[in-house]
Amino acid sequence: MPLDKPYLDVPGTTIFDAEQSRKGYWLNQFCMSLMKAENRARFKANERAYLDEWAMTEEQKQAVLARDLNWCIRLGGNIYFLAKIGSTDGKSFQQMAGSMTGMTEEEYRNMMINGGRSAEGNRYIGEDGDAQAHRQPQGSAGKKGI
Amino acid sequence: MARITASVFTSHVPAIGAAMDLGKTHEDYWKPVFAGYEFGKQWIKDNQPDVIFLVYNDHATAFSLDLIPTFAIGTAADYEVADEGFGPRPVPKVIGHPDLAAHIAQSVIQQDFDLTIVNKMAVDHGLTVPLSLMFGEQDPVKGAWPCPVIPFAVNVVQYPVPSGRRCYNLGQAIRKAVESYDEDLNVHIWGTGGMSHQLQGPRAGLINKEFDNAFLDKLISDPEAAASIPHIDYVREAGSEGIELVMWLIARGAMADVAGGKPPKLAHRFYHVPASNTAVGHLILENT
Repeated sequence: MPLDKPYLDVPGTTIFDAEQSRKGYWLNQFCMSLMKAENRARFKANERAYLDEWAMTEEQKQAVLARDLNWCIRLGGNIYFLAKIGSTDGKSFQQMAGSMTGMTEEEYRNMMINGGRSAEGNRYIGEDGDAQAHRQPQGSAGKKGI
Repeated sequence: MARITASVFTSHVPAIGAAMDLGKTHEDYWKPVFAGYEFGKQWIKDNQPDVIFLVYNDHATAFSLDLIPTFAIGTAADYEVADEGFGPRPVPKVIGHPDLAAHIAQSVIQQDFDLTIVNKMAVDHGLTVPLSLMFGEQDPVKGAWPCPVIPFAVNVVQYPVPSGRRCYNLGQAIRKAVESYDEDLNVHIWGTGGMSHQLQGPRAGLINKEFDNAFLDKLISDPEAAASIPHIDYVREAGSEGIELVMWLIARGAMADVAGGKPPKLAHRFYHVPASNTAVGHLILENT
């Protein structure tokens, strides 16, 4: 019997379950290594070489180099682990969270000051809230590139 | 005999700790958050506990994917403050209460809850931010937290996480354990984390004031109903990280009314949006 996953129909959300954890094991353990100052220094000095020391997939390494947290999460990353990359880069948790929405830092901060993102339309895939796939990226940051 | 006299509930947002450590508490953004804790700071001076049993979660700090205990009780003499990626918070180390902790571990395990016993563990913002909120700034070297703390870490990072019901029942077992300890100790139990927030994906930034306030209402006067909330409701309504609220049910389950005593007195209730990505909630309940 497969794992019961009642959370797959929540838009814009990846639950870090046993399957994601297996997929992301080395990605997350690499992140964990950044809690040591000497590892942060080595990573910063040569990111590619440091990543090559880990049994991560090439795609996981590319996602880290691109600092694309949504991509990292698809590949099994968990936000509390990925946050170590952000800390290494000197980013706040709010900057990291905002980066996954396509909003600029200011747009995201203002959304939070105004009470945060509403749950309306964002409970089930197929509704029309701002976290739904057909409304990505949000804000102006994500619209410039890619 | 030891007894649980009160429960304290609070969010443990890391940015709150950073705001205190960097002297930003008087900025307009932060003023309303800290104003909500003025009552609690005075209250805890007037109701000084001998020990705090502090329920929190580790955020990939002490526990990586090497080891994922569902419930972990700290039985150490002391706990270092963790370096979470930018140096440890400038706060005093946390002094434990090994004797009471070992007693609770034995009693709770014999009540069929399989705890992991931890004798070496760094504690992260999940534990230190609530202490800072209630006890204010403390000098990391010359200062000290006013009482010993028993850290109790709950896995809410990797699924499956324990259900609200399981947490609530565990709280009841903890109350029994405390009350079977011979020494006359005034124990507080704290439930931390939440309230609504989501830190990942295009849905990051989700806040649900209606859900949060309904949760506070239930927690105060109908904890049985709060314990019945399934995981999926937290995820859908309160964001993927809103699941941390199950930890509040451990503290609530340890209150006297759940075992047939009188309903607790609501000493304080506070709610504010936002602190960084998160809705801040705070309650103080006293056994009467």
